[in-house]
Amino acid sequence: MSSHAITVTINGRVYRATVPARMTLVDFLRDELRLTGTHVGCEHGVCGACSIMFEGRPIRSCLMFAAQADGASITTVEGLAPEPGGLSVLQDSFWETHALQCGYCTPGMLIAAHALLMRIPNPTDEEIREAISGNLCRCTGYKQIVDAVKLAAERLSGKNQNG
Amino acid sequence: MAEAKFRYIATKRRPKEDRRFLAGAAQFVADINLQGMLHAALVASPYSFARIKSIDAKVALALPGVHAVVTGAELAAATEPMMSGLDAPKLFRWPMAHQMARYAGEWVAVVVADTRAIAEDAAELVEVDYEPLTPVTDPEAALDPASPAIHPEHGSNILFRKKWTWGPVAEDFAGADRRLAFRARWHRSSTVPIETFGVVASWDHARQLLDVWASIQMPKYPDQLARALRLPGNGVRVHFDVDVGGSYGVKRGLKHSILAGFLARKLDAPVRLIEDRLDNMRGGDAQGPDRIFDMEVAFTNAGVIRALKIRALDDCGAHAGRAPLQLGKPVGAICGPYRVNSVEYEAISVTTNKTPQEAVRGFGQAPTNFALENAVDRVASALGMDRIALRRLNLIRADEFPYTIPSGSAYDSGDYHAVLDKALAAGPYDALIVRRDAARAAGKLAGIGVVTCLEPSGGNSSFEPLFNPKNDTTTWMEACSIKVDAAGSITVSMNTTSSGQGHETLASTVVGEVLERDPETIRVVRADSLSALPSNSPVGSRMAIMLGGAAAGAAKKIKETAAAIAAKKLGVAPAEIDYADGVFSVRGEPGKKLTWQAVCETAHRRFHELPDGMEPGLQAFHVLEVPTGGTLPTADGRVQMYPCYSFESHVVYAEVDRVTGQVTLGRYVVGHDCGTMINPDIVHGMTYGGVAHGIGAALYERFRYDDQGQLLSGTFMDYLIPSSHEVPDIAIVDHCTPSPLTAFGQKGSGEAGYLGGPAAISCAVNDALAPLGIFLAELPMTPGLLGDLIATKQK
Repeated sequence: MSSHAITVTINGRVYRATVPARMTLVDFLRDELRLTGTHVGCEHGVCGACSIMFEGRPIRSCLMFAAQADGASITTVEGLAPEPGGLSVLQDSFWETHALQCGYCTPGMLIAAHALLMRIPNPTDEEIREAISGNLCRCTGYKQIVDAVKLAAERLSGKNQNG
Repeated sequence: MAEAKFRYIATKRRPKEDRRFLAGAAQFVADINLQGMLHAALVASPYSFARIKSIDAKVALALPGVHAVVTGAELAAATEPMMSGLDAPKLFRWPMAHQMARYAGEWVAVVVADTRAIAEDAAELVEVDYEPLTPVTDPEAALDPASPAIHPEHGSNILFRKKWTWGPVAEDFAGADRRLAFRARWHRSSTVPIETFGVVASWDHARQLLDVWASIQMPKYPDQLARALRLPGNGVRVHFDVDVGGSYGVKRGLKHSILAGFLARKLDAPVRLIEDRLDNMRGGDAQGPDRIFDMEVAFTNAGVIRALKIRALDDCGAHAGRAPLQLGKPVGAICGPYRVNSVEYEAISVTTNKTPQEAVRGFGQAPTNFALENAVDRVASALGMDRIALRRLNLIRADEFPYTIPSGSAYDSGDYHAVLDKALAAGPYDALIVRRDAARAAGKLAGIGVVTCLEPSGGNSSFEPLFNPKNDTTTWMEACSIKVDAAGSITVSMNTTSSGQGHETLASTVVGEVLERDPETIRVVRADSLSALPSNSPVGSRMAIMLGGAAAGAAKKIKETAAAIAAKKLGVAPAEIDYADGVFSVRGEPGKKLTWQAVCETAHRRFHELPDGMEPGLQAFHVLEVPTGGTLPTADGRVQMYPCYSFESHVVYAEVDRVTGQVTLGRYVVGHDCGTMINPDIVHGMTYGGVAHGIGAALYERFRYDDQGQLLSGTFMDYLIPSSHEVPDIAIVDHCTPSPLTAFGQKGSGEAGYLGGPAAISCAVNDALAPLGIFLAELPMTPGLLGDLIATKQK
């Protein structure tokens, strides 16, 4: 089996590695780099737990090989906060509305919502539901997640003075 | 109990544990990485029923990086069989098949290698020679003594069969004005968490100790694991500080853990076994109830339901698992929230060549509630009576609590009429009627479901002695301990894992409430199984009651001790000490006082100032027996199942597409009463999630098998979990009837939403289909099923 030398920028840091051709991107992130915030749920591209930002867009890291990420810029859940130990406005909004329970789908959900807010700063409920519809959550029924994304949008646009 | 005013309880507070999940800094089992850890992959039977003639692992073992291939026969020789929970001494189950594979996907061998990828490669190289047998896949066929025995030593495919009669059923049926009968079918689904089950086991030779990290939610797991591995109980240390990525009942990977523990000892290396999705769906032994209800109802012309006959036949799959006992818990709410004079209940559990079941949210109550609510709607329909009026007539009234049902359980408290009224008002029901009728006038199939359902809570194990007279367990305790250091910092220790229920928030809120300390300053840690006090994990909607009660009990002891220390130092009797906001003072003399910190420092440093006989330091623990627990069932099978009864009323508006059969939920309201809510955001979250889970069970999710026992829905492409498109914007209306049995009036809520959701949706769909003359008591009501049925009727 072939191996491939890759250079990837993840959360602002440059990583160089040699990976087997068949290694998925999520396995590379989790097992090689120990960035375990990104989760594996189905490994067939349905549940969205492995979502990451790849070149500015949300993708499923279980459906991509690590070798395909050569030269790419990636953000994982560990890179969403503005500073280490902090939380982004979106993450803090998830906390405020309790938009999670077991926390397993949460990193993927945050990525989906983060990507939405980059694209549409003030989304409607329908746009939020559409944006997270590729991320399955078994705990929340999605309600408090939709509330969190709305709250984050308000805070980020300055409408919410408590934000 | 009057509704009390609380400081921290029942207020909006950010859950304590959320932050680590949001930061991507939680520790799930798959995040654990031990030095030298090996990886396991499974070889699964492709046949649903087959004799294993031989297993050849030579080629697999030759692959570089492979350490071992272990067969079911080797494992069975070295371990004790897993317990069935039944009085069935010849029913054997090991983690892997040996001699016979009893369902497609059952493990027959395991490969251990340096990486998961190598292990999977090698698993494909293991050659198994099978002799296929004729499978049994129909639960009614399994009742036939002539059906091929799946467990020949047991002698038949019936694992459990018993009929109870509580009250004058025959007389009530004979004397009733009206009777009706129908069949309700709840097909197999499950909770299917997004995290699959996983376990890491590591054997320490020097200490003769097996360390285990697992995504587990299971009572007695450490004990059962040690027993199976022939280790003393203190030879296994289960680490409870593993975050569990959802469970809702099913994360009971005992077989995975026995296997991983065995491999870790055999290979003297840490071994990790993480299911992939197919392993989980097909071979994880975590499917749910698969039930046929034959319902008979006796009622008066005025709409009074007098008696019920319920026959529940459950297809438990290839091994007993928790499936038979899931027929037992509903005994504690067998007639729902209704005043029914007598009940006959026959519970039958049969084995077939399908994946075994595990405990699923509600432990059999959600299917039972579905059958009961459709029965109530059928009665209303038969009488031409409004189904809400019929419910109001039969619901237990607020002034009748505690109310003992025919099967022996006393319901603690409730105000069912008030909750129903609140849910209808929030609909608002009148507007939904207008909307439905307008939709119908426009040619659509539209309907409304209104149901009233119970959530028994406080998880006890009374169904175990009910189903197995040799089991005389009468306690299902939960414990909590508290340590306060010399500076006054509080650390609470709990004794199980959590899988999203917010127990750290629960425990810190309760302790903060009692000790009047800010819960944000209270640390909650988890013992491991060797340092833990006896506990039974978060099952049966029990932790608000049980962990909350144990934490409150321990906190009260801390407060008493601290007050005694303060009293001695201030020179008064303990009874003369007041405590408020972190200050101990002499009653009537507010100037004579000591701070919380000063008392804590004294406890740790100044033995000479402590009351005579007091231990130094400031610590306490409390082990709580389940309220109302402690007794065995009566000879005729009457039993107090769980202590507290939460109540929910769902009001649902649904439209069914005439062509596709797709159901759209246009309005969803839940009126909910679980007594005092410790943290309302957490309770609401679980309720929303329970409804979403109920939508899945009602409309989409089904483990479908062909007649050869092959699972046809083993991926998320064909086992459909509701997304944010399928789950509507749910409205919850709270009501609070405090329980008289608990520390703060709390009841359980972990199964909320799910216990009424499938019932409500099925009733809404049946209302929508009524104009076509269709009544369908079968879940899930998939688009295909409904579309075909509608097409037949429209011809």
